[in-house]
Amino acid sequence: MKLVKTLTLGLILTAAAQGVLAHDYKAGPLAIDHPWARATPPGAPVAGGYLTITNTGTEPDRLLGGSSDAAEAVEMHESTITDGVARMRPAEDGIAIAPGETLRLQPGAAHIMFVDPAKPLKDGERFPATLTFEKAGDVAVEFAIVPMGATPEAPQNHEGHRVPVSQ
Amino acid sequence: MKALKIIRTAAWGAVAIVGGVLLAFSGLLPGVERPGAVTSSTATGVAAIGGPFELTTQRGEMLTNEDLEDTPYLVFFGFTHCPDVCPTTLFELTGLLADLGPDADKIRPLFITVDPERDTQELLASYMSSFDPRILALRGTKEQTDQAAKAFAAYYEKVPLEGGNYTMDHTAGVYLIDAEGEFMGTLDLHEPKESQLQKLRRLASTAA
Repeated sequence: MKLVKTLTLGLILTAAAQGVLAHDYKAGPLAIDHPWARATPPGAPVAGGYLTITNTGTEPDRLLGGSSDAAEAVEMHESTITDGVARMRPAEDGIAIAPGETLRLQPGAAHIMFVDPAKPLKDGERFPATLTFEKAGDVAVEFAIVPMGATPEAPQNHEGHRVPVSQ
Repeated sequence: MKALKIIRTAAWGAVAIVGGVLLAFSGLLPGVERPGAVTSSTATGVAAIGGPFELTTQRGEMLTNEDLEDTPYLVFFGFTHCPDVCPTTLFELTGLLADLGPDADKIRPLFITVDPERDTQELLASYMSSFDPRILALRGTKEQTDQAAKAFAAYYEKVPLEGGNYTMDHTAGVYLIDAEGEFMGTLDLHEPKESQLQKLRRLASTAA
């Protein structure tokens, strides 16, 4: 009960602090908004990473993956649930961001996969990672860790259209 | 072109043979049904769920379908190399069990790993420490896992990836089974929390 109360409180605080916590990055024409991850159970062999990228340029780019001291490997994956069956596949060629489009990596869809995290991800902490794009190259970012089950609000400060994940 | 045609014919022939063998062994062909085979449907056409299974909990205790007689329970399949659906389901269930109050004690929540190869008892014990301790994480040998999946008409498959790794496809739903062992439907974690709680209260009310 106490755990749940603490988690709920954490959830409320996180939601309230979103405005303060939101962080964004620029890499050429790419606007990268609020990279985040969820806290993981001890021993969890993987962790999902999420963010929003808007391509304000005229050329397509691709998010290929990256690296982080916080994990053994950083890969791009796609998750689907079709006919009640959950599947996950590596996005071998990365994930495309067409000019003018906003790519949203979120739970249940395309995501960044941190393989073999060095230690469990803890709510409220941050960890550095490098994202690798086909054209924009390497971009250093920080992932903010939110409580398990939480989803930060979609950033409102960009006029990004709600374009679904494209490959 | 001729060679291509031969290959094509041979390929279709192979498909026919493999398909025939699979059909014969699956007991789908009339007349070859093995004695004692689990029927896949009841008279009402509802998938028969809740056949025999035998698995081990994260605390090393054996749990079989017989232990669940007269006990309402919920069960879902997953694995720890799953960044998203599986931990979220466990997290949501933890919240629902807390909201249920005393009714939660009448329900046995079960999480069956489809990846016993990597999900050792030690890993499951550590992983489950983040969630409601009443949720049992279950694992078995490949055979026991197959049997459990069959008991709940669940699907799972190991999918090899490049570099020798693999991932698992698996049925994502949460099954609700009443105290009589009858399938009461599934829990949809996207529906409003109140209707999820209602389903769980109804499930708890079937307890003897």
